[in-house]
Amino acid sequence: MAGEKEIIIRTEGLTKKYGEKTAVDHLNLSIFQGEIFGLLGPNGAGKTTITLMLTGLTEPTEGVAYIGGKDCTRDTMEVKKTVGYMPDNVGFYPDMSGRANLRFTAALNGLDKKMAEERIEELLYRVGLAEAGDQKVGTYSRGMRQRLGVADVLMKDPKVIIMDEPTLGIDPEGMRELMLLIRELAQKEKRTILISSHQLYQVQQICDRVGLFVDGRLVACGTIEDLAEQTREDSRCLTEVCVEPADARFMEILRGLDGVYSVGREGRRYMVGFGSDISNKVAEAILHEGYTLISIRPCGNDLDEIYRRYFEKAGHDDGSSGRKVKRFISRNR
Amino acid sequence: MEAAVEKLKDLFPVTARSGGKKEKNIGLWALYQKEMADHIHSKRFLLILGLVVVTSFASLYGALDSISSAAEGTDFLFLKLFTTSGNSIPSFVSFIAMLGPFVGLVLGFDAINSERNGGTLNRLLSQPIYRDSVINGKFLAGAVIIFTMVFAMGGIFSAVGLLTIGIPPEAEEVGRIIVFLLFTGVYMCFWLGLSILFSVLCRHSATSALAVIACWLFFTIFISLLAGILAAALFPVEGWEGLFNVMSNYKCELYLNRLSPYYLYGEAVTTILNPGVRSIGLVTTAQLEGAVAGYLPFGQSLLLVWPHLTGMCAMTLATFVLSYLKFVRQEIRSS
Repeated sequence: MAGEKEIIIRTEGLTKKYGEKTAVDHLNLSIFQGEIFGLLGPNGAGKTTITLMLTGLTEPTEGVAYIGGKDCTRDTMEVKKTVGYMPDNVGFYPDMSGRANLRFTAALNGLDKKMAEERIEELLYRVGLAEAGDQKVGTYSRGMRQRLGVADVLMKDPKVIIMDEPTLGIDPEGMRELMLLIRELAQKEKRTILISSHQLYQVQQICDRVGLFVDGRLVACGTIEDLAEQTREDSRCLTEVCVEPADARFMEILRGLDGVYSVGREGRRYMVGFGSDISNKVAEAILHEGYTLISIRPCGNDLDEIYRRYFEKAGHDDGSSGRKVKRFISRNR
Repeated sequence: MEAAVEKLKDLFPVTARSGGKKEKNIGLWALYQKEMADHIHSKRFLLILGLVVVTSFASLYGALDSISSAAEGTDFLFLKLFTTSGNSIPSFVSFIAMLGPFVGLVLGFDAINSERNGGTLNRLLSQPIYRDSVINGKFLAGAVIIFTMVFAMGGIFSAVGLLTIGIPPEAEEVGRIIVFLLFTGVYMCFWLGLSILFSVLCRHSATSALAVIACWLFFTIFISLLAGILAAALFPVEGWEGLFNVMSNYKCELYLNRLSPYYLYGEAVTTILNPGVRSIGLVTTAQLEGAVAGYLPFGQSLLLVWPHLTGMCAMTLATFVLSYLKFVRQEIRSS
């Protein structure tokens, strides 16, 4: 599958050290034309450093990175012409209006005036800031600034878009709109998008492929299904069941079922581990015993589950990072 | 000649090719325009401009008040406007020497660190511009603002002065005023460079502003005290050895003082605006013997302050180069 598509971002042994600390450790990564790739990892995993190296804002200590065949360190100007970068906590000049900020970006990119104005109109409309375009950015809310950031990135009509934590601090509705917009950019306009995030849930909705990072190392890379496959132990499954009333007897009933080898309880939620899929059997048992079934959900195919399982497997040799990741996942649940 | 050029081109093929089509530095111009607009619209700048205007007119008022007594027996009456102080109001020159650092401070103290803190720096640098365009554009815009302001102020000051005293300046006086304004511009540019340097070095704009103010205090007040103490320690003038040391002591103090741009500017401007100043530094009575009292021609005054101009330009460049190097090498991610 990989062979057919054109590789647009490629890194070879990319390494960055800040003094003693290695932020990124020999990263080899290939990203294909037109896909949405998610860089995932806890804070301090080196995601931002990777994005900075790809845009030529930081020099790697070792290794090379190419975007569209151009060296990101040596040919920075050419790379910056085709790559749009949205930093985390994207900032604008607060005393200038949104429109003026975009105009400045257009000027920096050497767009001609008429084209710039047209594009500003179009982009402001597209990110839903058409009415707020003439307000000063200082009055914008965080979500509005983030959307202006997207418009800003699109000003230069980039082939590749790199976004660092684009979902940070936006409300759920804003997040949904942003995700729709990002998906549209990739699918309709064939742009390649690289998103770094620690919010697993949002990212898994739109990413074609993801890479998991811990302490500067890429520990897993592939589609979410691939990763689920890779980390699934002995074809065990985990299902989350919610019933009414939730009591201790229900745990006994679950334990009594064929094929179930573990049952855990967190308030009203029961986590059931079993060898083969027995959702039907569980449902039958619930109804039979006079409980009301509220929800039954297979776990394991979403990203945080993959994450957790991955580090349960890999975390033993490196206790500190394992703990860190567990804490990180429990925060994100 | 042409053959030689061709030969040179053969030696450096890459430079020769790029030299053919000169690329316009789009980023620098865009940044320069934005910075200019920012400065002109900023309240801070309007405030300092207002301050400069008010003090200039105050000093003009003071000068007009006492010029009749100062003017007796002088030929260069117009220049007196700039150097004469009123009863309690300092002269235009000393006002500018005091306020100049503030103009530089206001224009530059948060040049880089506000961009960094506002999160605009990495967005800016991810656009297709060279990294040095940012700092070049900022310095250029600041310098242009400074020179425009200085020459406009000089023009207005002269015009009002001319209207009031009614004696037109001679060509030489105009020349001296222009050189004085040039000096003033360079002097303020030094402070601009220094504040940009601190804005690169310090993370918070308040810190960099304080650092520049500390430098200003040091250079205007403390360095002269320090120079006196050091000179006295190195070349004591008490006792019989004082007889031998008196010359070295004076020279030492003078040279230490000249490290300060404030002193340098003051000395240069006094010389250029006062044709009666015939030499700077130490003059022995033996040297003065047989000298005919008179004014120094414009060219000779200029020659006298040429080292000062060179020194001030060098200081300005040094601060700018330091900030340039630091900025270009700095990691974008400072956190």
